[in-house]
Amino acid sequence: MRRRWVPWVFLTPALIVLGVFFALPVIGGFILSLTDFDVYALADLHNLRFVGLENYLALLRRPLFWRALAHTMYFVVVGVPLSIMASLGAALLLNSKLARFKGFFRTALFAPVVTTVVAVAVIWRYLFNTRYGLVNYALHSLGVQPVDWLGDPHWAMPTIIAFAVWKNFGYNMVIFLAGLQAIPTDLYEASRIDGASPWQRFRHITWPMLGPTLVMVGVLTMSGYFQLFAEPYVMTEGGPLQSTVSVLYLMYEDGFKWWNLGLASAVAFMLFVLMFAATALLMRAARKRGLA
Amino acid sequence: MTVATRHSFVRRTITVCIAVIGVALLGGCQRAAPAAEQGITLHFWAMGREADAVRQVMPAFEASHPGVHVDVQTLPWAGAHQKLLTAFAGDTTPDLCQLGNTWIPELATLGALAPLDRQVADSRVVRPGDYFPGIWDTNRLHGTLYGVPWYVDTRLLFYRKDLLARAGFAHPPRTWAEWATQLAAIKRQAGPDRYAILLPTNEFEQLESLGLQQSEPMLRDNGRYGNFRSPGFKRVLAFYAQMYRKHWSPVVANTEIPNVWAEFARGYYAFYFSGPWNIAEFKQRMPKALRDKWATAPLPGPHGPGTSLAGGSSLVIFRASAHKRAAWQLIEYLSRPAVQRRFYQLVGDMPPRRSSWDNSALADDPYAKAFRVQLEHVRPVPKVPEWEQIATELRLVGEQLAHGQLNVDQAADELDRRADQILSKRRWMLDHGRTP
Repeated sequence: MRRRWVPWVFLTPALIVLGVFFALPVIGGFILSLTDFDVYALADLHNLRFVGLENYLALLRRPLFWRALAHTMYFVVVGVPLSIMASLGAALLLNSKLARFKGFFRTALFAPVVTTVVAVAVIWRYLFNTRYGLVNYALHSLGVQPVDWLGDPHWAMPTIIAFAVWKNFGYNMVIFLAGLQAIPTDLYEASRIDGASPWQRFRHITWPMLGPTLVMVGVLTMSGYFQLFAEPYVMTEGGPLQSTVSVLYLMYEDGFKWWNLGLASAVAFMLFVLMFAATALLMRAARKRGLA
Repeated sequence: MTVATRHSFVRRTITVCIAVIGVALLGGCQRAAPAAEQGITLHFWAMGREADAVRQVMPAFEASHPGVHVDVQTLPWAGAHQKLLTAFAGDTTPDLCQLGNTWIPELATLGALAPLDRQVADSRVVRPGDYFPGIWDTNRLHGTLYGVPWYVDTRLLFYRKDLLARAGFAHPPRTWAEWATQLAAIKRQAGPDRYAILLPTNEFEQLESLGLQQSEPMLRDNGRYGNFRSPGFKRVLAFYAQMYRKHWSPVVANTEIPNVWAEFARGYYAFYFSGPWNIAEFKQRMPKALRDKWATAPLPGPHGPGTSLAGGSSLVIFRASAHKRAAWQLIEYLSRPAVQRRFYQLVGDMPPRRSSWDNSALADDPYAKAFRVQLEHVRPVPKVPEWEQIATELRLVGEQLAHGQLNVDQAADELDRRADQILSKRRWMLDHGRTP
């Protein structure tokens, strides 16, 4: 007869930590999202009203929430594939037998990841300045009219995506590099003997062998990109014309700037549900193909 | 955990922690105890540059008040509001604090601030009549005084004398009509790549100042509803919108102008709408050839010299402070004209008292003169805790107006709609007999 309680003893420490630092705050946050907790409630808890799902309904009726959601989706849908392609491309180049100074390039390409967002954003703001920026200067020499990168509502998000991709691709690159190095070289040797072209080798060996790595990188990158905040916060403050307000930025403004913690908790939960659904979909697709 | 128990839970946890630490330290602390009884430590939160400057005038205060030590802590402006609310929620407010005067209604509503009427009535240093009335008024809420002005801030015009003269004007504008004429003339001279004025689209102070010039208040019915559809405010929106429509101002945010001073020197614009801190910046940064080519002027009004906003910081004492007497002594010390003059020299903040201006370097400063005139004509923004949030909507809607996405009527409707929504809790409070 096995003693059933033994595994629970081993699980208890982890469960306590999870309970205190995850479950309790989540439940607390959910309850908060059903109230209109604000500055007045902070002054006197008698001013707190239980509003049920009113915060959620108010959000669904609020145009800015939908716009923030659209901006976030834009950022995820364009940014995640771009970021993964950049990481994979850099990893393939670094992994190539022809590459020289690998150590140097690996460090150089990883460097943006360890820089501070705020400091780098300031430099990017200069680079993308309409009148004095290096980017427009370079474009000008190619005969392109100056673009108002951060001041034009249509260009601000692409600029932020470019910034985020540049800032983050190095991290995934290192993971891909590890994945690439784990692919047995005899597969490539065999395929070369069979006369496979470089593209065929990539398509039929590298790509499938990287499958599990790709799924993991995809999930991590996507959940990271859903939480877009720091880039618009330091580069554009959500502007111009609120074209770079993300869901998390909206939550920050409602919660920490205006102290409408009830509403902000509702925003947080909506984002949580969205991220959960997107991740679940991705995992299901991966499982169908036997990748995870 | 429910919200209702959150406070007591936090408090209990903290109490338990303190008790545990206290017991652990008891043995070691016995020798240190007498020092704590001898004197008191005042915790004083100040912001940014003011914190650095005020540290330099503290030794004189500590010398004249033996037994009182002042611990000045610096808060960055960007995080100050959040930090203050968090401190209030966690019962860790300081004894006294520098507070932007538009935040006073919010913290007073929270019950975080101690009323100061009695102290002022008994004081021989702080004399209300000596302060600029609009600035003093920002510290009153429902007839109670919660702060003493420390330094002032208002918005007016910096302008290029040479560019104005070239366009044929000998003096800065006094009315909106005159201003518009000058802007149009300067723009004609400047051509397509230069402008007459810089009004960054992501600042609300411009619209706010022009709004304060109107006879109708920006909120109506005791702050229950927005009043942006009033004829006065529509005039403001129309005046503001034409600045961009006629290309007098570029449609840019201040994040896109990396160096406003260099652009001013380059003649990218002839008028700049800003505050007192820029006097020192311009003095330092304008090239030699342009040293006497710029000046400041009070804000023009719809029909004559205009009102501007009563900004700046006040000194407040927190209700939870155990050292209110010493904190008040520190406020009195910082309110002395001599100390305020020294403070101006250190950091360039303009004093709120007329007697601090007299016989000081400020009185002879040609650039400060316009501020001295303007300060007699300043008004506080509406005193509701929600004002800052409404001002943010003012900025956002103003931005849409500048980009031509909304017309004046639409912008006014939108502002009222957003303000009414933000004020809904306040209306509920007022309707249920609760004092917001």
